[in-house]
Amino acid sequence: MKLGASLGAALTGCQTKPPVEEEVNRLGKPIRGYGERSPYETSQRLVPEIRTPEAASTRTPLQDSCGIITPSSLHFERHHSGVPNINPAEHRLMIHGLVDRPLVLTMPEIKRLPSVSRIHFVECAGNGRSEWSPKGATDARQSHGLASCSEWTGVRLSLLLAEAGVKKEAKWLIAEGDDPCKMQRSIPITKALDDILVAYGQNGEALRPEQGYPLRLVVPGWEGNINVKWLHRINLVDQAAMTKDETSKYTELLADGTARIFTFEMDAKSIVTYPSGGQKLDGKGFHEITGLAWSGRGRIERVEVSTDGGKTWTTAQLQEPRHSKAFTRFRLPWTWDGAETQIVSRCTDETGYTQPTRDDLIAVRGKNSDYHNNAIKPWLIAADGSVTNA
Amino acid sequence: MRNWLTLLFACGLAVAQSPKYGIGRPPTADEVKRGDITVLPDGTGLPEGGGTPAEGKLVYERRCQRCHGAGAKGGDEVALVGGQGTLNTPKPVKTVGSYWPHATTVFDYTRRAMPFKEPGILTNDQVYAVTAYILHLNGIIAEADRMDATTLPKVKMPNRDGFVKDTRPDTGKKTRGLRTH
Repeated sequence: MKLGASLGAALTGCQTKPPVEEEVNRLGKPIRGYGERSPYETSQRLVPEIRTPEAASTRTPLQDSCGIITPSSLHFERHHSGVPNINPAEHRLMIHGLVDRPLVLTMPEIKRLPSVSRIHFVECAGNGRSEWSPKGATDARQSHGLASCSEWTGVRLSLLLAEAGVKKEAKWLIAEGDDPCKMQRSIPITKALDDILVAYGQNGEALRPEQGYPLRLVVPGWEGNINVKWLHRINLVDQAAMTKDETSKYTELLADGTARIFTFEMDAKSIVTYPSGGQKLDGKGFHEITGLAWSGRGRIERVEVSTDGGKTWTTAQLQEPRHSKAFTRFRLPWTWDGAETQIVSRCTDETGYTQPTRDDLIAVRGKNSDYHNNAIKPWLIAADGSVTNA
Repeated sequence: MRNWLTLLFACGLAVAQSPKYGIGRPPTADEVKRGDITVLPDGTGLPEGGGTPAEGKLVYERRCQRCHGAGAKGGDEVALVGGQGTLNTPKPVKTVGSYWPHATTVFDYTRRAMPFKEPGILTNDQVYAVTAYILHLNGIIAEADRMDATTLPKVKMPNRDGFVKDTRPDTGKKTRGLRTH
């Protein structure tokens, strides 16, 4: 007590005229070499409690997103043996097998070649798995967060294959990562010669380590697992390797006990991100409904939104330009009357395909498919404004 | 005239097939040998060596059992045996024995990715042996069967013909309602 009083007196004694705090504008933080977000922004990927965090996934908080680009720091993760620490100076890409001229390329050599930048989503085939159950997940991160969208920069795979000279017997290529488990997938040569990128850039900078630094495949519109990260080897072959991740995983069991294999494309999907599960409307009146739609088969042509539980549908505004096989942001002005209701979106892509209901999917596939659930996802808005999964 | 045409055609092909940018170098034979661990279902790429179920049991108990359980019936990680006959039921059990279409995949995946915390620690003989053990536990090969580059691709897995082509889009027409709970 005595000590505190004397210390206070001493401090006061240092200042002849103490300033009135409210009248002084304090300096902000100084400049810095690499930025970070505001301390008031706390949105995070969903990190599950799991025994093997090296073989796990995190989910993008889609409900907090705006626009169509996912920040690299929030791009979902799926690793099978952890994120390797790769020195780009030592990294090599080897292209071999059924080619005329096997090639080894360094990272500087790959960056010398003509490059392209494209905006594409990457989505795990298991995204929406929770939605096979009647209730589904409670928020957009949990239900749909295994999807993210970036601007990717790299070299077209077709260019690299032309440099190596693909022999006509080559029907598939095996893409292999340099993670500890050497993750690999078989890819049909037709897709490889179409639109696949060998990417080193993401959203204006190098790939993040968890997104495959320094080199990965971006396979537009196809299931995430085939977008092999930490790419170090491409082997041209005459048959699929039938790898663990294209046989025991990422195949869809049907009701009759057979399973679909090589189910590459991600079907058209959309989700309302505001208002969505876990959020709360702060009163009746005007709200902008917004969300994301995407299709592995091309551009999104239309998104319809229902604010009355599916009785009537209104066409939402789509953010332009719309990119093929990329997130498309949709928006719809809405005045909430304060009554309980359900809101839901459904999208149609450029092939004319419209997003189905869960019942539609189960009718043709049964309940054991696990992957490739692209059902519409209704949200229930209670009279107090709280939003839950319907 | 004919020779002229042949020569022109050959030149045209040579131009079409030559690299446009000429960046990079050919790998050495050793780089390809060390890097190429691809195993195809017809057996292409399988290395020398081999192993029996009895040998594999010892490898399994030391390296695999802690996660996959005694007799590969499952533990902290998935079961590797059982499940045959369940794929068309409400609770399908997908294991090596009930679901995997090719035995070569067991070798390939084990060699490149297992054990989880020490991938690459097993020798080729040990991988063949533990593959043989898992196949034997599933009743797919006999106790005396040795798995090697010749015998492994010939193993017919129970679900070899259980996979069908992707027939999507299998939905996509507008339907009424949201979903039934």
